[in-house]
Amino acid sequence: MSATATTIKSKGNVWDGGQSPLKASYGKLMMWFFLLSDAFTFSALLITYGLVRSAHPAYEGAADAFISSQEYWPIPEKVFEAVPFLHGVHLPLVFVGIMTFILIMSSVTMVLAVEAGHRMDRKDVEKWMLWTIVGGIVFLSCQAWEWSHFIHGTDVGSLAKFLINGEWITSTVYGANLTINEYGPPGFAAFFFFITGFHGTHVASGVVLNFLIYYNTITGVYDRRGHYEMVEKVGLYWHFVDLVWVFVFTFFYLV
Amino acid sequence: MEETTHVQPQPVDKAKIKKIWVTAGYMAAITILEFVIAFTVPLEMAMTRVSIFVLMTIVKAFYIVAEFMHLKYEVKVLVWSILIPTVFIVWMLIAFIYEGAAIYEIRF
Repeated sequence: MSATATTIKSKGNVWDGGQSPLKASYGKLMMWFFLLSDAFTFSALLITYGLVRSAHPAYEGAADAFISSQEYWPIPEKVFEAVPFLHGVHLPLVFVGIMTFILIMSSVTMVLAVEAGHRMDRKDVEKWMLWTIVGGIVFLSCQAWEWSHFIHGTDVGSLAKFLINGEWITSTVYGANLTINEYGPPGFAAFFFFITGFHGTHVASGVVLNFLIYYNTITGVYDRRGHYEMVEKVGLYWHFVDLVWVFVFTFFYLV
Repeated sequence: MEETTHVQPQPVDKAKIKKIWVTAGYMAAITILEFVIAFTVPLEMAMTRVSIFVLMTIVKAFYIVAEFMHLKYEVKVLVWSILIPTVFIVWMLIAFIYEGAAIYEIRF
């Protein structure tokens, strides 16, 4: 009747229990699987963009003579060519390039924060988390400007046909919304809002999470806990947001 | 705060920090190269441009996932359980682009 606990040594198979076969904590694993599911969501958006784009005629003429029209899909670098304070200057992709650089840099500072966490170096974690938060906020501000410019449109606008009381009326459209835009078929602006908006929402929640981590770091929560694994988990999320941007940059702005 | 101040940070491993910056440097170089191609290769050579951009995106994605997200150094089972499901993305890509081309044929 004696209740003796005996340790049964398992014969080799790591999946028999009592040990961690993936050598990662529950939280980290779940973050990985969440990110995998999120990758499916972003892929669905980007691939559907590809479907709608390939179902529309492409622009056929010379690239230099490009003008926006509802008749064909626009060349992205002819659409995204504005930079703040440089009104009317033709600078294709420069602003979005700056945004890409900012997000990659904030990913680097996040890696440095995770590395500092491994060393239990609170001062360094604080420093790098703060830079990461700054990077995220700057990126979001750039995106706000980009959206505002996209919605308000250019000085030129473009011609669009409307069916009003059974008659086709041609008038000039400026800027964009979910039903009509000056840049191309309605789907172009709709996808711009959905894809960059969904990504921007991820960046915004990432900034909130980063701030929580920063707050917990300065109040010494992770020092008392004995490890900085939360920095690593939120770091995974932040890198994923950067990863998605790399794809958005290529498939929405470059191709 | 006195209970937290006794935590002694371990010394900095210079090689590790250097590796992070070298990876960041590669990614910056690839992005700059993408810009050079965006402005030098004419828009009429669409296929060449798209293939180069897609290839460079995959290289950048590899650096982010393998180095920054540290997946390269995880257990093999974990690596494969993340990577294998992404074949569904490839499948969806092929199916949807094919479908889009078919819709185009019907409409125009």
